[in-house]
Amino acid sequence: MIWTFLDTWIVIIGVLSAVACALLGNYLVLRKMSMMGDAISHTVLPGLVAAFLISGTRDVFPMFVGAVVIGVLTALLVQTISRIGNIEEGASMGVIFTSLFAVGLIMIRQTADDIDLDPSCVLYGAIEMAPLITVDFLGMELPRAAVSSGVMLLVNVLFILLFFKELKISSFDPALATTLGINSTLMHYLLMTLVAATTVAAFESVGSILVIAMLIVPAAAAHLLTDRLWLMILLSAVIAAASAITGHLAAIIVPGWFGLGDTSTAGMMATSAGLIFVGVFLAAPRYGFLSRVLSRARLSQRILREDVLAMLYRRAELDPDSGAATLAEIRRLLHENWRVGLAVKALSRKRMLARNDGGWQLSPAGEAEACNLVRSHRLWESWLVSELGLRPDHVHRTAERLEHVTDSSMQEELFKAAGSPDQDPHDRKIPGNL
Amino acid sequence: MSLTNTRPEATPLPLSQGEEHSESSPLSIHDMTIAYHRKPVLWDIDLDLPEHHLIGIIGPNGAGKSTLLKSVLGLIPRASGRVLVYGKPFDEQRHRVAYVPQRESVDWDFPVSALDVVLMGRYKRVGWCLPIGRTHKKIAMEALDKVGMADYARRQISQLSGGQQQRIFLARALAQDADLYLMDEPFAGVDAATEKAIIALLKDLKSSGKTVAVVHHDLQTVGSYFDTVILLNMRVVAYGPTAEVFTEENLNKTYGGKLTLLTDAAEALARNQASIHRETKSE
Amino acid sequence: MNVHLRIIAAALILAIPGIASAAGHHLALPSASDLWRVLSLQDYNTRVVILGTTMLGGAAGLIGTFLLLRKRSLLSDSIAHATLPGIAAAFIVVSLFGGDGKNLVGLLLGAAAFGTLGMGSVLLISKYSRLKDDAALGIVLSVFFGLGVSLLQLATRLETGNSAGLNSFIYGKTASMLFRDAMLIGVSAAGVAVICALLYKEFTVLAFDQDFAAAQGYPTGILDFCMMALVVLVTVIGLQAVGLILIVAMLVTPPAAARFWSFDLRRVLVTSGIIGAASGLFGSAISALMPNLPAGAIIVLVGAFLFLLSFLFGSARGVIPQRLKNRQTSLKVEMQHLMRAFYELAEEDGAAEELEKHPVKFEQLLRERAWNSTQLKRILRRARRGEFLRVGADGDYSLTRAGGRQARKFIRNHRLWEMYLITHADIAPSHVDRDADQIEHVLDDAMIERLENLMNQTDRRLLPESPHVISSQKGEAS
Repeated sequence: MIWTFLDTWIVIIGVLSAVACALLGNYLVLRKMSMMGDAISHTVLPGLVAAFLISGTRDVFPMFVGAVVIGVLTALLVQTISRIGNIEEGASMGVIFTSLFAVGLIMIRQTADDIDLDPSCVLYGAIEMAPLITVDFLGMELPRAAVSSGVMLLVNVLFILLFFKELKISSFDPALATTLGINSTLMHYLLMTLVAATTVAAFESVGSILVIAMLIVPAAAAHLLTDRLWLMILLSAVIAAASAITGHLAAIIVPGWFGLGDTSTAGMMATSAGLIFVGVFLAAPRYGFLSRVLSRARLSQRILREDVLAMLYRRAELDPDSGAATLAEIRRLLHENWRVGLAVKALSRKRMLARNDGGWQLSPAGEAEACNLVRSHRLWESWLVSELGLRPDHVHRTAERLEHVTDSSMQEELFKAAGSPDQDPHDRKIPGNL
Repeated sequence: MSLTNTRPEATPLPLSQGEEHSESSPLSIHDMTIAYHRKPVLWDIDLDLPEHHLIGIIGPNGAGKSTLLKSVLGLIPRASGRVLVYGKPFDEQRHRVAYVPQRESVDWDFPVSALDVVLMGRYKRVGWCLPIGRTHKKIAMEALDKVGMADYARRQISQLSGGQQQRIFLARALAQDADLYLMDEPFAGVDAATEKAIIALLKDLKSSGKTVAVVHHDLQTVGSYFDTVILLNMRVVAYGPTAEVFTEENLNKTYGGKLTLLTDAAEALARNQASIHRETKSE
Repeated sequence: MNVHLRIIAAALILAIPGIASAAGHHLALPSASDLWRVLSLQDYNTRVVILGTTMLGGAAGLIGTFLLLRKRSLLSDSIAHATLPGIAAAFIVVSLFGGDGKNLVGLLLGAAAFGTLGMGSVLLISKYSRLKDDAALGIVLSVFFGLGVSLLQLATRLETGNSAGLNSFIYGKTASMLFRDAMLIGVSAAGVAVICALLYKEFTVLAFDQDFAAAQGYPTGILDFCMMALVVLVTVIGLQAVGLILIVAMLVTPPAAARFWSFDLRRVLVTSGIIGAASGLFGSAISALMPNLPAGAIIVLVGAFLFLLSFLFGSARGVIPQRLKNRQTSLKVEMQHLMRAFYELAEEDGAAEELEKHPVKFEQLLRERAWNSTQLKRILRRARRGEFLRVGADGDYSLTRAGGRQARKFIRNHRLWEMYLITHADIAPSHVDRDADQIEHVLDDAMIERLENLMNQTDRRLLPESPHVISSQKGEAS
């Protein structure tokens, strides 16, 4: 792999566009309007061509205006059709954006001689070529794409900083925003305008496909990582930048493993954003899929440990001379197999269980813990019978579940609410009473 | 995975009373617990509905009334417990159970006529892939007639009033020709005339030997509508003949709620993401 | 709403002349012989293309209807974009193993596999995370498409196999459709139609009321999968014809348009199929006549045009018929109010029996209801035009024979309904007038007959007494 100044510029342009998109994407995701981003990034095509046809130049400004107008028009049309025609917004979006995109394709075909605008270029962009087209900016010769994305990024950052409160309220609760005197419709169209503008700024260099990916994926991933809006915005920017960097690296490195050249940087940026999303989807600390499964497994192991303790306690209570229990016996009594071994090992590490002639016995610490659990259990049983009026033969199972989540303050409350009982409904002593 | 298989202290009981009756009981629920997103919403429900009765399910918002019906129908997975319909598992007895969901649960803009909706109650009997025969249409029309909507058979459902839509749902249940009817708030948002018509119909069903369980909100009408009530608030507070059970004391228990402890515990379970184990082994 | 409309209209009007003038000189209108050649399907190639796109449109319209009713229209967008990596991957794999990478079967299998994968991912993400449907759709769409673009570019670097033409899956290449492509579309479309017909009941109940379907014991998961699999199938066979961006239009636009025409699902399905087929037919015919127009885009635009027509003129929910209907109802209601006012004024003076001979002054009528003089004048003018009314020499109004008959009919319906409300619905007599007012205008003959039987008032000559005292302040109460 040979890294040239071109690669540096590609990464810079990629990061700038990706972050600019991701910032706005947070609000699209929170307002459940992600697909509007998709629609707008498709419909800028006819806007660009129309602007070119009307102005007759490939100047940045008319193109920009044309695309922004058509972007806002898309949002307007989608909403209007869906409201007046009483159809689902998704359907009206599907009708509108495909029609406008088709118009764009036809216009391009019709004007192929005058205009050098390839629809594929709109879709995947040509970020690889972007560093070569330069403009003079403040006396420096910089790639045009870097300048336009940089400006867009700046505008979006300012927009979010200035309207942080308003955007937050109108995304969360438009009705509340209206009562507070914030014009949610205005915020909505401001947002749509910026989405369209960002799309245009980015499309030439990175293509609309990357725009959609960066609008939605980093924000969605960030949403799985945090509940705080500002942190979400920050994380989405980081994820976007990371996807841009790793995307370009992957585009020039990965194909080499298979003896091929490089591949589309924009495509790989989207792909690596997707991979980051998959990682977050699986491993996010609170909302991740794996972490939920893992924490459930950990929890069930904790519950099993507690069950071992409580079971040994009850066994000793029934027959004080029963002595130590062998692993096999514990397994049989708990109807569990290999997990019991793990639980017993963990308990002996915590010095809750002690070895005694080939079996296991509660240590003093273990006995105190077990006593506490059994107390919770029997207090719950008493409470369920006396306060909820459940039948005594039905409360055992509920108490089994609840004993594992009962802390000392809840225990005390239970004790009082159940009328300070000495015995549970099965006439067993409630241990630990003072 | 199991938390509870050892029961050194639970007395090995003979089958509880409920199960002895369950041969004839239209619906017997044994030891059922339901959790939404791991947060328990119904605890240890034990019920045996009597035959030929009109049963009201009463309780405050969030008491789990709709959940009770949905879990019986298998729409919500049960954390534990068993449900028998006329002594057999629900799966074998589906055809004997008719369900009337809440009116808001569907999109009334859907392009079907009143008759089409009622015919849905016959689909399962028509069978897969087969066209709907004349007999089925006749039965559906009769059901529409019973709810006083025969004139509206061809009307598109969005053009019906709330009360009329509710009647259509009722007619769909009637068309199923079931023995046990489970209805989720059939009186919600209907006009006085419809409410009267519906209750008359339910009483008819009862006297023709069916069992009807209705989630109901309006405490004032409980006495005159139902002969049996289930007072529900996360658990069965009281259950029995209306005259005995529908007392101020029980209502206070249902609506007053000394349940902070239970809610706290439920929250704790949810927070810990502790799965309430599913029944894996038979008892 | 009106502001929105105005902005949209202004933007369109501003944009159109510019585009048209710039684009216009490239459009050559077809000659008469060309027209005849295309319309008579003489040209083998045209025949294939037109048949293929027509069948594709029909099938997409059918299954798209269920997609719309499941509120998942945009799922088709994600599925379509997700097929691209499948196509590229299939090409690469087949080429690497020495086969012909562009073998259609391989490409379409790859597309179908990834389309299904994309669909599954959307459902998985929205089920197992806190993200909503829209985000799940967007993620799958963009990531899969990005992957597809990368793989496609890799494919072009392969030494074996010629990857040129794979791009056509993105934009479609309708005009070069081969006979075997049309055959494939035809067989699949027929399959989709047959399955939709066979599973009509099951799909309907699933889409209308999923809980009910599940309670009935239908395997809702499997049914749902079948439905979505059909969507994937249509998407995949349509890729070549119109491309993956525009195939969405074929799945979404016809059903959305068809819903404006009917309230009956069977008709919506048929209409949607017809609209889809028509867009395919006319779209490809137009593009055959004017080769400079890309067929896929034209098909989409024909569909969009049909949507616009339906949106405006659809008999069931179209905007204009709705407005007209509302206007007609309000005109009818106004007329009924006028007639009733005449009758009640006569009744107050004890002249109900000789209604037609009882002249009424404008001011009296004005007091009778909450209408202003302009409104009243307008209604009176219409009543005169309908010959329900004549004006006396002193400017008083009196009813004609026909007017009297109408007035008696309206008042009778009104009072029957009032009586029904009082006796059967426990509504207090003081409130009944207002309730009756809203309903009586929509009473049809069948309902009147039922009311009559219920109230034992089958003799149409008799007019029931008003159940409440008619006060002179009544105009304000209603």
